[in-house]
Amino acid sequence: MRLFLHELRVQQLLFWRNREAAFFSFLFPILLLVLIGSVYGDEPIEGVNASTFLLIGLLGYGVAANAFASLAITLVVRREAGLLKRVRGTPLGPGRYLSAVIASTVVVIVLQVVAQLLLGVYLLDADWPERPLAFAFAILLGAAAFAALGLAVTTVVRTAEGSSAVVNAIYLPMAFISGVFFSTEEMPAFLQAISEVLPLTYFLDLIRASFVEGESYAASALVVLSLWGLAGLIVALRRFRWEPREGLAST
Amino acid sequence: MSAIAVSGLRKSYGQQEVLHGLSFTVENGEVFALLGPNGAGKTTTVEILEGYRRRDGGDVRVLGVDPERGDRGFKARIGIVLQSSAVYHLLSVREIVELFAGYYPRPRPAAEVIELVGLDEQREARVRTLSGGQLRRLDLALALVGDPELVFLDEPTTGFDPAARRQAWETIRDLRSLGKSILLTTHYMEEAQRLADRVAILRGGEIVGTGSPRELLSGHASVEIRYRRNGSEVVLATEEPTRVLHELTAQALADGIELEGLEVHRRSLEDVYLELTREESE
Repeated sequence: MRLFLHELRVQQLLFWRNREAAFFSFLFPILLLVLIGSVYGDEPIEGVNASTFLLIGLLGYGVAANAFASLAITLVVRREAGLLKRVRGTPLGPGRYLSAVIASTVVVIVLQVVAQLLLGVYLLDADWPERPLAFAFAILLGAAAFAALGLAVTTVVRTAEGSSAVVNAIYLPMAFISGVFFSTEEMPAFLQAISEVLPLTYFLDLIRASFVEGESYAASALVVLSLWGLAGLIVALRRFRWEPREGLAST
Repeated sequence: MSAIAVSGLRKSYGQQEVLHGLSFTVENGEVFALLGPNGAGKTTTVEILEGYRRRDGGDVRVLGVDPERGDRGFKARIGIVLQSSAVYHLLSVREIVELFAGYYPRPRPAAEVIELVGLDEQREARVRTLSGGQLRRLDLALALVGDPELVFLDEPTTGFDPAARRQAWETIRDLRSLGKSILLTTHYMEEAQRLADRVAILRGGEIVGTGSPRELLSGHASVEIRYRRNGSEVVLATEEPTRVLHELTAQALADGIELEGLEVHRRSLEDVYLELTREESE
């Protein structure tokens, strides 16, 4: 436990020290909420008012930005720099290292969610989640599922240079198609069809359900998001690499 | 108990066997150098001993432990310098050394380790501002901060200028005098000759020579005498340079001739290495 807390502190230091990464994964989703929120109207969208719709969308976007994109890019860069290999040679151990990295991501997500809620409610007149426990559970489940997917995606990225290109090519279109900014109901049929398999779509459904009194999670949303997370976990467990590519070729 | 005991070590990548049954031991407090051309299997061997790779055959004990089953306690007793530097560039030298100190049960004070590797002046500098040689010294500091009993150094001075290399040698000698066992790989024969108590020369996944640098040299005629006679070069290899030289010069004096281009050359570990690792086709 002492080692885990030590590493969690280290990971927090590393995250905030890397200003560019901290901007894109922490600050940017918050800025987007404020900037776009100022131009949204009052029309209700998918059962909530417009600013609440946007708040929900950017909460989901922020979780994916941290748990999926930032985590995957960070781990690929560290893997190719030989840092994961080095850490594995210390008493810290791979399991404790990865759990500290993921816990550090969750810390960032919690801070971000709090900031988004406060700004959304007090600046944009969005609603509070009606069911706070359901809301917290949705955020944590989403963080876990996207972290598993983030670990999985590191296995298909070969270079540090390619990591942000590959990861952004996946999650930015996903954010758009899943209805972070606009309701999927207004999209062409083929985009709607794609959105119906994406994990972020179902994650947004779960968050949205926690904003409406008396509503409960759609079972399908829980199942699909969990299945995505499980699939990510299986790929990660089977194929996650600790060594840079060069390390395999050299003797 | 030896620091490292290896017998019959085998390793394959796919169909290709790259280690064909290596055996050697490294005694406690000894500096042991693994030498060999690229592709001979040095890094594969070291990474099996460090616990990074699984072996396909043979027995390996590192500090009495099978490294494949090495737990936290085992990792706390070894220090590793990998072939390429791996550090967090956004931290300062002091921060990263303190960070790694936190991984070990009984670390050495960070300031002491930074001084040992000669990075005192860079203590508060960000890691990304360090030169290549300074980065390698930081690697060494991270390997030493846990106060290990055994240190693995995989090509620790590759790319160093001569002054930096000599400084690194001093650090390694300091470690040895603290009673640490050290396994070193290197391309530089001078490095091995100066630092190593014993060496093993690898070629194509087999050990082709082992012993102290002196023993390796003594198996071969250790001195070469060269001169020119009638325009062609004569080379005499001998274990008894005094007698051979005496006879040679006495004869030359008696004949009243000058031995043109006379040279006496003590063979180095490098000569032996080149002989032992020469490709069979040559």
